[in-house]
Amino acid sequence: MATTAPTARTALPPVVRGLRRGVQRVREVPLLAVMILAALVVVAVFAELLAPHDPTLPVRGARYFAPPFWMAGGSLETPLGTDFQGRDVLSRLIFGARVSLLVGLMGTLVAGSLGTAMGILSGYLGGWVDQVIMRLTDAWLALPSLVFAIFLATMVGPSMWNIIIILGLVYWTRYARVIRGEVLSLREREFVKLAEIAGASKLRVIRRHILPNVLNTTMVLASLTIGVVIIAEASLSFLGVGVPPPQPAWGLMLSEARPTLMAGQWWLTVFPGVCILLVVLATQLFGDWLRVRLDPQLRNL
Amino acid sequence: MPRFIAQRVAYSLVTLFLLSMTIFVIVRLTGDPALLMAEPGARPEDLARIRAQWGLDRPWPVQYVSFIRNVVRGELGRSFNYRLPVSELYFQRLGNSLQLALAATLISVCIGVPAGIVSAVRVNSWWDNLGKAVALLGLSIPGFWLGLVLILVFAVWLRWLPTSGAGDWRHLILPAVSLGWYFAASLLRLTRSSMLEVLGSEYIKLARLKGLPEAVVIGLHAFKNALIPVFTLTGVNLVIMVNAAVVIEVIFAWPGIGRLLFEGIFQRDFPLVQGVVLMAGFMIVLVNLVVDILYALIDPRIRLTR
Repeated sequence: MATTAPTARTALPPVVRGLRRGVQRVREVPLLAVMILAALVVVAVFAELLAPHDPTLPVRGARYFAPPFWMAGGSLETPLGTDFQGRDVLSRLIFGARVSLLVGLMGTLVAGSLGTAMGILSGYLGGWVDQVIMRLTDAWLALPSLVFAIFLATMVGPSMWNIIIILGLVYWTRYARVIRGEVLSLREREFVKLAEIAGASKLRVIRRHILPNVLNTTMVLASLTIGVVIIAEASLSFLGVGVPPPQPAWGLMLSEARPTLMAGQWWLTVFPGVCILLVVLATQLFGDWLRVRLDPQLRNL
Repeated sequence: MPRFIAQRVAYSLVTLFLLSMTIFVIVRLTGDPALLMAEPGARPEDLARIRAQWGLDRPWPVQYVSFIRNVVRGELGRSFNYRLPVSELYFQRLGNSLQLALAATLISVCIGVPAGIVSAVRVNSWWDNLGKAVALLGLSIPGFWLGLVLILVFAVWLRWLPTSGAGDWRHLILPAVSLGWYFAASLLRLTRSSMLEVLGSEYIKLARLKGLPEAVVIGLHAFKNALIPVFTLTGVNLVIMVNAAVVIEVIFAWPGIGRLLFEGIFQRDFPLVQGVVLMAGFMIVLVNLVVDILYALIDPRIRLTR
């Protein structure tokens, strides 16, 4: 029996081995990050069911600036207090999650697709296309991203969809540069050369051979920029050029809380900030994990 | 070397051209500037008069050429609101922004560089994990929220420091910490990875084999080379902080460039916004050019590969 033991391990049916590997992988996942992100998604999707009050209307019978329930003068009706219009802070935080998540995901999606497309075109086609795209990338990267975003937002006016497009336009350049570098080396690889010799069109080579090979990098970059995009949205909303009131966005809540800071109404400032912090922290942790998992070469990014 | 410098300067000029084009086109694509200048509900004659007065009735290429000509002469247009040249307003505020950015840089270097070195030398130790946690928090806490919390704690509750405004050194502490925080984290990460890379290189192994004391190996041999990218980032960060500290300057009512931009947004003062954005891009292109040339001077490999 003892002699068969070592072989027994390798002789496990593939299903079991696959299962074991799956369990191993699940163990490596940053649990805290996944829990925070899962909670955020649930809260954002089911905001209507979870929020105790309407986020844009004052709670009937509630005081203005009511503190959280555990402090003197607080009530369980509005567990995290009320703001300067008597609106429920908890409900606004819950609906704010939706805005943050939507802007973070969609903004990253716009930036990622635009940047990946431009990077592939630039790297694969080369020549003057490459020159034009790369010089444009240089020029746009030279503007500090927040200043550029503020500039665009001032020009087109505040709305959530405008912000998504603006953040996409501001952040695509980072993808373009990295993806171009990858494509430059992919272009010289044998499988690409062979496809070209076999008569595949440029579009086909890009679709079948280039794109699948750069998607990992795009994913890693996306997971690392989503937090940046969320903070940028909060900053724009804070400055009054982002999501317009009365929509409940975390940055906007911080902006509305500013005049009350001197009066010590801390809950209006602390809670939205903690929400932003948790979400960005979770995306950072998740992004770091994904980077090591998918692309060890990007570790120093 | 002269060829390398000429090439870099040419690239920078192309970049500046595209930058100015971008700003010019966006301003004109997103609406009629005359509408922004006129009172709401202005009559068509008034709009036409404003267009003629600001030269907005001319074709775009003509407008662009005169825009560039003015920029080259150092004229960024006139602010609607202040009735002053934008360049004058900008340079009035530059000193304040520079002061804040220098203080923030000092803080970020004092935290980020030593912590990064310790993390790299004692890799995977308790110190390294602490460093990783600090870096992660630094990148996750929005600087402006940190500013609000600092005001709450140190100005409202403890009453140790003023809440906002400019004046003596005590006014500088809170905004500088909020601004430097993020950059401290990024410096920490870079110092750590740069130091790790150098520590793994052949000449460090040789220095150790020679029997040099560890302090000399790290302090003299590794430190010097590892710090080149770190100081580059510090320089670039300084320029970014001067131009992009908008939210921090607004929170602390700091009379710098960021706040000027914010005032420009609120008064729909588009020559002011355009001028500040252009200056930010210009300064960053310039600092990138300087960094490129310095790198080539230090490291011959860079100028020979092209």
